[in-house]
Amino acid sequence: MKRPEPVQVIKGRREAALTGLVARVPYIQFLGVEFDRRGDELTAVLPFKDELIGNPALPALHGGVTAAFLEITAIIELGWAALWDEMETGRIAAEDITPAAMPRLPKTIDFTVDYLRSGLPRDAYARARINRSGRRYASVHVEAWQDNRTRLYAQATGHFLMPAPNG
Amino acid sequence: MDPETKTKLARQFIEAIPFSRVLGMQLDEISEGRAVCSMPYDTRFVGDPDTAVIHGGAVSALMDTCSGAAVMSHPDAPVVTATIDLRIDYMRAATPGQRINCEATCYHVTRSVAFVRCVAFDDDHDNPVASAVGAFTADRGKASRRSSEALS
Repeated sequence: MKRPEPVQVIKGRREAALTGLVARVPYIQFLGVEFDRRGDELTAVLPFKDELIGNPALPALHGGVTAAFLEITAIIELGWAALWDEMETGRIAAEDITPAAMPRLPKTIDFTVDYLRSGLPRDAYARARINRSGRRYASVHVEAWQDNRTRLYAQATGHFLMPAPNG
Repeated sequence: MDPETKTKLARQFIEAIPFSRVLGMQLDEISEGRAVCSMPYDTRFVGDPDTAVIHGGAVSALMDTCSGAAVMSHPDAPVVTATIDLRIDYMRAATPGQRINCEATCYHVTRSVAFVRCVAFDDDHDNPVASAVGAFTADRGKASRRSSEALS
């Protein structure tokens, strides 16, 4: 019987895949969004910085920052889900996980953000749930919070056009 | 508050927003319930590395700010507002290298809510990049109620 791969090998491959996916998008770097991975589960993290403020009087995060943070979380979740399948079924070999080999990202069709509370000047977190992912279209829901997981400060639903296979 | 003072306050507020400044946003026009804003193309705002097209999130920041400006300049809305919800439809990819322009209209204000429509386009003005609809808070609050009472 074949021995299971050492844990470092598996972790290394998954981290390389996630980094490759995220590092290619300049706007993710611009906002400073990072991803925390536990198995296949991703949590997007938006570390606070002063330039993300939209209302200096409160102060509160800019609505556009929150919208972008949620949209990034949804897009990376979709890209990651596709990549995960490729990787775990062995269709992509470890040595092929390079930035150039990353799948094309889905395109946003529409995105609706619900601003539930004003975004405080501190770190924010978000997780996306793919409610439906077909061959061509996907529907994704995203939830974002700051201090308290059950007190969401924003949520969003979006529809995405999936990249054509090998296209 | 007379419309001129209100527009001036709205302009000052919009131009002081840290994130809008970072994006290089500018307020091109503002009048009663209507605002025009624009933002330069910047490689840091790219969302699709394969095509160099700007990220939807950068366009949404412009549309959110422009919509807020339209609300603040509306004669029946307070100068303070917050986004309740914003839905953006992305019709096509913005052409890399071109400025993104945005026109927002605050078309209705109730005692507590302001409704806004907004369109974004690049150099091709007849072929929008994105459109948005949103609801914003328009809560006049105690302070302004008191001041209007003082006037009557």
